[in-house]
Amino acid sequence: MDADELRQRVREFLAEHDPKRMDRLEFLRARFDAGLAWVHFPTGLGGLGAPRELQTVVEAEFAKAGAPDNRPRENSIGLGMAAPTILRFGNDEQRRRFLRPLWTGEEIWCQLFSEPGAGSDLAALSMRAVRDGDEWVIDGQKVWTSLAHRAQWAILVARSDPDQPKHKGLTYFICDMTAPGVEVRPLRQITGEAEFNEVFLSGVRIPDSHRLGEVGQGWQVAMGTLMNERVAIGGSNIARESGMIGIIAQTWRDRPEVRTSGLHDRLLRLWVEAEATRLTSQRLRQQLAVGSPGPEGSAVKLSFARLNQEISGLELEMLGEEGLAYDDWTFRRPERADFTARGPGYRYLRAKGNSIEGGTSEILRNVIAERVLGLPQEIRTDKDVPWKELPR
Amino acid sequence: MSAPDLLYSQVEEDLRDSVRRLLADRCDWTSVLARCETEQPYDLQLWRTLAGELGLAALAVPEQVGGSGASARELAVVAEELGRAVAPVPFLGTVLATTVLAECSAEPAGELLPQLADGSRIATVAVSLASSPYSPFPRSVKADSGSLTGTASAVVELPFADFLVVPAVDSDVPSLYLLDVSAEGVTRTETTPLDLTRRFGTVALDGAPAQKLVSGAAAERVLRRALLTAAGVLASEQTGLAQHCLDSTVEYSLTRYQFGRQIGSFQAIKHRLADLWTGVSTARATARNAADALARDDAETELAVALAQAYCSDLAVLAAEEHLQLHGGIGMTWEHPAHLYLGRAKSAQLAFGTAERHRQCIGELVNLPTP
Repeated sequence: MDADELRQRVREFLAEHDPKRMDRLEFLRARFDAGLAWVHFPTGLGGLGAPRELQTVVEAEFAKAGAPDNRPRENSIGLGMAAPTILRFGNDEQRRRFLRPLWTGEEIWCQLFSEPGAGSDLAALSMRAVRDGDEWVIDGQKVWTSLAHRAQWAILVARSDPDQPKHKGLTYFICDMTAPGVEVRPLRQITGEAEFNEVFLSGVRIPDSHRLGEVGQGWQVAMGTLMNERVAIGGSNIARESGMIGIIAQTWRDRPEVRTSGLHDRLLRLWVEAEATRLTSQRLRQQLAVGSPGPEGSAVKLSFARLNQEISGLELEMLGEEGLAYDDWTFRRPERADFTARGPGYRYLRAKGNSIEGGTSEILRNVIAERVLGLPQEIRTDKDVPWKELPR
Repeated sequence: MSAPDLLYSQVEEDLRDSVRRLLADRCDWTSVLARCETEQPYDLQLWRTLAGELGLAALAVPEQVGGSGASARELAVVAEELGRAVAPVPFLGTVLATTVLAECSAEPAGELLPQLADGSRIATVAVSLASSPYSPFPRSVKADSGSLTGTASAVVELPFADFLVVPAVDSDVPSLYLLDVSAEGVTRTETTPLDLTRRFGTVALDGAPAQKLVSGAAAERVLRRALLTAAGVLASEQTGLAQHCLDSTVEYSLTRYQFGRQIGSFQAIKHRLADLWTGVSTARATARNAADALARDDAETELAVALAQAYCSDLAVLAAEEHLQLHGGIGMTWEHPAHLYLGRAKSAQLAFGTAERHRQCIGELVNLPTP
């Protein structure tokens, strides 16, 4: 299957399905059934078994025809993490049941991984899963769950065997977020708003048919999910001066009165680093495109976190009196995370999360040191001890 | 800027392999160290092999004027390898001179280029190593009816050069002259360098006869182009040097035991090396971007070079400093190569514009004006 054949298929599909006349959902369902949803997925599951990079060809054709998309940003966890995991670890029944409404956006997904006691050390998590006939009973607390208040489904890791060492006693489930015993509470952050939630599960019953992978295989499945997170971060090309650096550069251009020589030097240093980091991520994408993924992804994430923090801090200093003010502390729930939206005070506070979310900068440095540079792993005293005996 | 190719092509990788093999064979650090206090601090035999057999001296010069017909992309790959080995060869001066001569390839430049290409002659440009593509045209040498008078200092490769391209003003008109250093009225004085692997000195001219290459606005343009090319290529040399410092420090941290552990198992060391790796990856992206822009003569070449220099020169110094510090006491000894890398990195930081000077240029190019 090459790009031309795919284009032809899209055109044939569009000839029979006029996006201007059809109901949006009906159109998306038909697109899925034609194998034009995610072309690298297998036939029958929204794909054609085509190379992953041809997806852009398909998207471009549909966009050109003015077809509605599946609003990917509103279901990022579903598309980026749940779907590849279901494809890889799910059985046929689970794939058929979940993938179609996930892709069309009819069903939104969230991720129940992190816990108050298990952040960087995810494998130490303590949410319990106890088998009861054909069902599992789940108890515990999850945190940092975006979209939990809108999601129908969640991917969930819980401890099914506390007598095993921490990595071995985990099992991976699909959890119905509307089931009795699921309670979602917004988690207010230092910005005043709640992008995330805490999720309490009390006696929630999950049928065994909603288990992904084998009992005790949860860690391997979760690692598969998190790998996809790294691939998803690759994303598309970024334009120069996108993000924080563009905002501060514009302020400098628009407002001569804020300019001092000290600020100028700091601004130029950050501009250089932001542009250099942008090129690094562009180089990473070029490596991915020729099939030799470099480990630069961790480097880019580290750099962007530090840069966002430094740039947003400098912006406040540049603004002087205005930097003392905050746009709005009103408690609210934004539709999705946008680091550059709202005012400079918000940007400064929100950027603090960049070195914590998606792997802390300290853990990323360990990852680079161990997996890229081949330095010795951290000394681990907890690996072979039954989980229930670990101090916590 | 149209989309740059930031990777290495197979041809470039093959070129890297042959240069690296030759340097491993002929230019290990013990020989560089042993040579640096002798009468022959440069390995001119090695240079003749690099030039004559691998065609590296005039790599980016078109074939019809005696070069290898490649581009700044390949030149940059060679620079990475030479930086890795802190190779004591007249590379940088050759980049300057060949860029000028290729731009004015009529006589007498056309005669000289093939001799530079095969390594039988060495040439450089009589500008200060500390000048930048943004410096005003030098006015320290005056030309009068084809004879030059004045001085030029910090001229890289000066002690080994057979020919100099001399920027001079002729009745106030900027011009470039070609000078045979064996001519009457030429006095060369070598400076004791901080970087033992890169030599330079001051040339004093007293009515020395020279041939005019180009004058007027073209002379200014050609000199600026040479400095821009050298600055861009230097960013790759700095990247290669930084990569070596990282690799060698990682290797050492795996073999050095203290407190009964490899020192590379301590997070204090691991995190510094992870940060350095991040820096080297970033440097590589900017250096490739500059080389690619130079090769394509992209409209934003100046910005690409300034960015690469602003990033790579400081990063190379950081890498050389971390290399020394994480080697501990041994890194402070003469018999360890850490000081060769430190000297090279620190000197290269000052060459062809400091990071600060390049940032100033960026400020002008992207409209972030001074207060």
